[in-house]
Amino acid sequence: MGLSLLSFIYLVGSVTFILGLKMLSHPDTARKGNLVAAAGMTLAIIGTIFLYEENGERLHNHLWIFGGLLIGSITGWIAAKKVKMTAMPEMVSLFNGMGGACAALISINEYGHLVGRDAAQGTLLTILLGLIIGSVSFAGSIIAWGKLNGRIKDFAFKGQQIGNIILLLLTLAAAAYLLFNLNNDNYWLFYIIFVAALVYGVMFVLPIGGADMPVVISLLNSFTGVAAACGGFLYNNQVMLTGGILVGAAGTLLTMLMCKAMNRSLTNVLIGSFGGSSAAAAGTKG
Amino acid sequence: MESFFDWVHNNHAIIYIVILSIFLGIEVIGRVPSVLHTPLMSGANAIHGVVIIGAIIVMGRVDPDNYIALIIGFLAVILGTLNVVGGFMVTDRMLEMFKKKK
Repeated sequence: MGLSLLSFIYLVGSVTFILGLKMLSHPDTARKGNLVAAAGMTLAIIGTIFLYEENGERLHNHLWIFGGLLIGSITGWIAAKKVKMTAMPEMVSLFNGMGGACAALISINEYGHLVGRDAAQGTLLTILLGLIIGSVSFAGSIIAWGKLNGRIKDFAFKGQQIGNIILLLLTLAAAAYLLFNLNNDNYWLFYIIFVAALVYGVMFVLPIGGADMPVVISLLNSFTGVAAACGGFLYNNQVMLTGGILVGAAGTLLTMLMCKAMNRSLTNVLIGSFGGSSAAAAGTKG
Repeated sequence: MESFFDWVHNNHAIIYIVILSIFLGIEVIGRVPSVLHTPLMSGANAIHGVVIIGAIIVMGRVDPDNYIALIIGFLAVILGTLNVVGGFMVTDRMLEMFKKKK
């Protein structure tokens, strides 16, 4: 009974996410849409805590789970209530970073269970993807947050774009190597990949002008969506999968729409600051 | 090549979900007016907070005497909750502001 009820709850949750996004894109229904999605999320969280089971075993450590939920809720509540209206975008960026970090931490914990056992390659692949995407999103969002509130200045040097691409390729190559050769001698490579992904996230956002931050936050937002979907693959969990992929797809489209509204192209935003074009000028002002 | 087809066959339900969700995600926000870009981004941000479910599952399966894993899981639950609660509340406050303008 428990598990079938949970499946139904996840189905309801997925539908509320779709409805929520739909309603959020019309001015009249937007506020209600947000509440609909929030209700579905609450249902899915409560259902998971009490009904989830694996091989007939329920979840334990309830004290830790409720403790974390309580601390997170109170902090999030206060932060969201106190933030000034003008500082909203940077708050969104900060919360987005938290989601990315959450995905990365899930991967780290799951990897810890994996070492020394025979791991299925699919499992390892989703763990690695969740780690890399989550870390990039976390580090990038924190930098975007710092830029919007003026704590971090634009920083660009010659060859940064090429350096970034090389760093990304090296990270992906290390991940691919680990995927096919995981053993007790090279398990630490995972943590190097983690650090490299964090560094890449920082270097990716640093040169982009401050005025372009909303677009970058939207892009990182869709990254976190994909990282959440990796968790969905890992646990074969439909609500994480649909929620994550929906946000990944909608976020990517939204990023492009935002660029269009600014009469720019995405490539222009991402590498624009380097050519000394309008992006750099706008960036120094922002 | 055959192993690829096997993989598709064994995971066809999930692959269908992913592909249909991609199209759905694009269609469902296709006509959003530009004033709603930021609230929609914020709402989508809250929805990917669904990653909290993964954090709860991780936390709930850790051995009670594995302290490193407990702490990492605990952090993940806190961060995920921040994403969900903060995300929905910030979106609500943004949309509240829209009402007042009218």
